[in-house]
Amino acid sequence: MTLSEVSAQPLLREERPPEVVTARHPLRWVAVAGVLVLLAMAASALITNPAWEWEIVGQYLFAPSVVRSVVITLELTVMGIVLGFALGTLLALMRLSPNRLLSSVAWGYVWLFRSVPLILQLLFWYNLALLYPRLSFGVPFGPAFFDIGTMDLIGPLTAAVLGLALHQAAYAAEIVRGGLLSVDHGQREAAAALGIPRTRRLLCIILPQAMRTIVPNAGNEIIGLVKGTSVVYIMALPELFYQVQVIYNRNGRVMALLLVAAVWYLILTTALSIVQYYVERHYGRGRA
Amino acid sequence: MSGGSRTVRNRVAGDPVPGNPATGDGTAGEHAMVELRGVHKSFGSLHVLRGVDLTVEQGQVTVILGPSGSGKSTLLRTINHLEKVDRGSVRVGGRLLGYRQVGDRLHELSEREILRQRTQIGFVFQSFNLFPHLTVRQNLTEAPLSAQRRPRAEVEALATRLLERVGLADKAEAYPRTLSGGQQQRVAIARALALEPALVLFDEPTSALDPELVGEVLEVMKYLARSGTTMIVVTYEIGFAREVADTVVFMDAGLVVESGPPAQVLDAPRHERTRAFIGKVL
Repeated sequence: MTLSEVSAQPLLREERPPEVVTARHPLRWVAVAGVLVLLAMAASALITNPAWEWEIVGQYLFAPSVVRSVVITLELTVMGIVLGFALGTLLALMRLSPNRLLSSVAWGYVWLFRSVPLILQLLFWYNLALLYPRLSFGVPFGPAFFDIGTMDLIGPLTAAVLGLALHQAAYAAEIVRGGLLSVDHGQREAAAALGIPRTRRLLCIILPQAMRTIVPNAGNEIIGLVKGTSVVYIMALPELFYQVQVIYNRNGRVMALLLVAAVWYLILTTALSIVQYYVERHYGRGRA
Repeated sequence: MSGGSRTVRNRVAGDPVPGNPATGDGTAGEHAMVELRGVHKSFGSLHVLRGVDLTVEQGQVTVILGPSGSGKSTLLRTINHLEKVDRGSVRVGGRLLGYRQVGDRLHELSEREILRQRTQIGFVFQSFNLFPHLTVRQNLTEAPLSAQRRPRAEVEALATRLLERVGLADKAEAYPRTLSGGQQQRVAIARALALEPALVLFDEPTSALDPELVGEVLEVMKYLARSGTTMIVVTYEIGFAREVADTVVFMDAGLVVESGPPAQVLDAPRHERTRAFIGKVL
């Protein structure tokens, strides 16, 4: 320690900078107290009211028929999302194509399938046999190699998957298109200037960056679809919502069984939200 | 490249891969590295290039100066077919770029052939355009692996060498966003060199940088120039032009107004427009 430092110390103590005292927020504490009371009331209303019949809920939550219906709900969701986003990506690429016909067809698809309510679309697919009793496969406008009864090919499960996927594709197309447009034009240009082949450019340079925009919106859609599958109950497909209706029509425990369904939907969407967090973190790498 | 008359000291980018379309079959010796003849380009009603002629010999550094809107960047972008020309021809290493001549007609090449020609031409952007989701090393190795299909071991070794040369060996595993602007541009230069191009184009490489970061990028470019890389540089850095350029080209309103050695164009310009521009920039 040098002499000048020693002599400077008392001075420093006298000229100590003023301390900072953070502002208090009394109203915030009032709000917190209010919210806590409301939460307690809600919890008490759920727990103490015997009409919820929690023991019935516990009894049916893992009943084999309920678990089977959860599996069907999951199957419908996975198929709807995978097929929907595959077709949606294709539509997005068509929409961005410089070819007018391709982009118009993609636009028309999105317009049509976003405009007609899902429940109507499902009924159309379910009743396709009324319009086209037999489907034949072969050369377009030419000879058919084989044909098959529409009823044999499109059962309730196929109709449901078809309806959900085609509907989902219209939304997925817009989400993927938005993602692709969000990537800076310079990225495309740099990749082209480096001579990187077109497919590789899309899959390894543009799409991974577009995923940052696509994933949060896709997460919304997937969670929407988990619950959206409940619409297919009109086709008497034993997914979760249909199954609990079957059970409460038999035993009359309406509220308890609706609660069973609600708990399962909560579990599924919670799991998906956790997955989404990690997928977002993966595609966010390189952006501190 | 073996036919070139100029002695090349320690070429940074190395010789291009054999059989490449831009310089193969010993054609390089008889032709200039870059030859533009009567190049026209319009964007809608905007006539950006109005018949540009430009010749760049192998191993030379050409600096293009000119007011903004004079067509410098567009010209540079025609030299790797990022912009298609409306009229005129662009030759690199004696080969027509982007087209094949049949009789008196030019037929556009397939995308694959154009991409192959581009791997012979490095391009450095004003805004770097590094791939943010790839590490620095992956930025360098992507094109040599996917566009040139060279063996991974060779490409990785080259990437390590190039990063050492631009002074960023310790940043190989970093993501571009964590680097300063100057460092990012040095990575972008290394990325362009990873293709081992016969020619490197620079589009205002220091214009997006904070003033104190310009020097480090110019140092790397001077090093490249000294080691015999053919370069065309669009820039406002008059000092760089004076020190490094073999030829300075002054453009205005879509035309080359004058060109020559820096001493002539910068210090004794023959045209009034050149004089006015240099007076403003200096």
